[in-house]
Amino acid sequence: MSILSGKTALVTGASRGIGRASALALAKAGAQVLVHYSSSEKEAEAVVAEIRRAGGRAEKVAVDLRAPNGPHALAKLVQGIVGSRLDILVANAGIAKAASIEDTTVEDFDALFAVNVRAPYFLVQQLLPVMCKGSSIVFVSSLAARASVEFTGKAVSTLSAYAATKGALDTLVTHFASALGGRGIRVNAVAPGVVETDMSSFAKTDVGRDLTLVIQALKRVAQPDDIGGVVAFLASDEARWITGDTVRVDGGSKL
Amino acid sequence: MKKPVVLITGALTGIGRATAIAFAKDGARLVVSGRRETEGKALEAELRRLDAEAAFIQADVRHEDEVRNLVDQTVARFGRIDAAVNNAGTEGLRGLVVDQTAESYAATFDTNVLGVLLSLKHELRVMTAQKSGSIVNISSTYGHQGAAGASVYVGSKHAVEGITKSAALEGAASGVRVNAVAPGPTDTGMLDRFTGNPQNKAALVSTVPLGRLGKPDEIARAIVFVASASASFMTGQVVSVDGGKAVG
Repeated sequence: MSILSGKTALVTGASRGIGRASALALAKAGAQVLVHYSSSEKEAEAVVAEIRRAGGRAEKVAVDLRAPNGPHALAKLVQGIVGSRLDILVANAGIAKAASIEDTTVEDFDALFAVNVRAPYFLVQQLLPVMCKGSSIVFVSSLAARASVEFTGKAVSTLSAYAATKGALDTLVTHFASALGGRGIRVNAVAPGVVETDMSSFAKTDVGRDLTLVIQALKRVAQPDDIGGVVAFLASDEARWITGDTVRVDGGSKL
Repeated sequence: MKKPVVLITGALTGIGRATAIAFAKDGARLVVSGRRETEGKALEAELRRLDAEAAFIQADVRHEDEVRNLVDQTVARFGRIDAAVNNAGTEGLRGLVVDQTAESYAATFDTNVLGVLLSLKHELRVMTAQKSGSIVNISSTYGHQGAAGASVYVGSKHAVEGITKSAALEGAASGVRVNAVAPGPTDTGMLDRFTGNPQNKAALVSTVPLGRLGKPDEIARAIVFVASASASFMTGQVVSVDGGKAVG
């Protein structure tokens, strides 16, 4: 499959989990992939090496997206590598922190919104000059944006602040798709449920697994590849008539 | 892997036809269905020219005996059904709610809702027994938005989305996925009939962020993806393939 050959792609948070799976899927489809990471250099190098071993093109780029000027710095780095054209942006980098309403601090709240919402927003803004007709932006939302996944009758939601950042992304999909449609730039999101990644401690506990599966039709915990394939599709011209959509890749959760 | 077997209803024109051609190019074995034999045979011949194993089977999805026969004939011919696309649908007659009748309701709901229900019934019968399969129903932007003058069509497509989710919950235990694709305004004969005149059509285009009508082939590509193993963790979903119409 080489539906993305000749295309350039940036995947943020690509050293692990869904970002890694997305980077590998894009590279497999022929894209040159910039593997962004903030601190996991070894893992990012491993992703680059894996892509190159398979005959693909990849480079790693390090930027801390918690910093207010992080997106601007990353956009500069990216333009230095790909020049004047970025075809695909997968804004995947995100952080999660579980805390009850009472225990959520202003610092945690701000950090969540800085990485999960502010960074994608300004990354799009800063990369717009090199995105053009046919370019595709994919955000990574979450099932949590539309449903509390932890309710057991008395359990407390510990993901409210995180979930709010993902709800914000869904809203950005709507508005960016509308605003950028005239330039031929598509904007979509994938919304996974619980995926077996380093970030998701939830999936590793018995209670977490049970809660995940009880609300879900397919009754298995997702693997990162389940999401990566959909990201690669949305990034490609195969999806050229899809924009403004949040595609739920959650095994049929909360149907 | 052996070539997948794909069943498509309403396959003779528009999105259904484009979907048949897209699957054929992907190497699928196909049963294409519709009401008109001459067009059906012509499509069958066209698909064979694309080197696809293809058969036309005549069926009107409003009649259960015909749907049962369609599904059974598909299995008799190819041994299984890996993917089904329930595309048969009608735009019905435009008109205000105050002008609707039991007849106008039935004319649309019998095809768009009963037809999908009967198709699902018999496809699931085969797929749950074989413990695999992927079904794609065709909704519309009007499956999740209202439209003045189109209440019956809008209602029928809302029904398709609800049935899709319920069927997904029922099929999951047997490894069967059920999703829907919701096209926006697509350049087909149905849209010409629905809009009635070029002015209405142009007005519709102005509501699409990507600034044009969709092409049947662009809907087909999304249908092929949702049906494929790449979408194996998606079920009960409605994928909008509408140039941004729903958010514009």
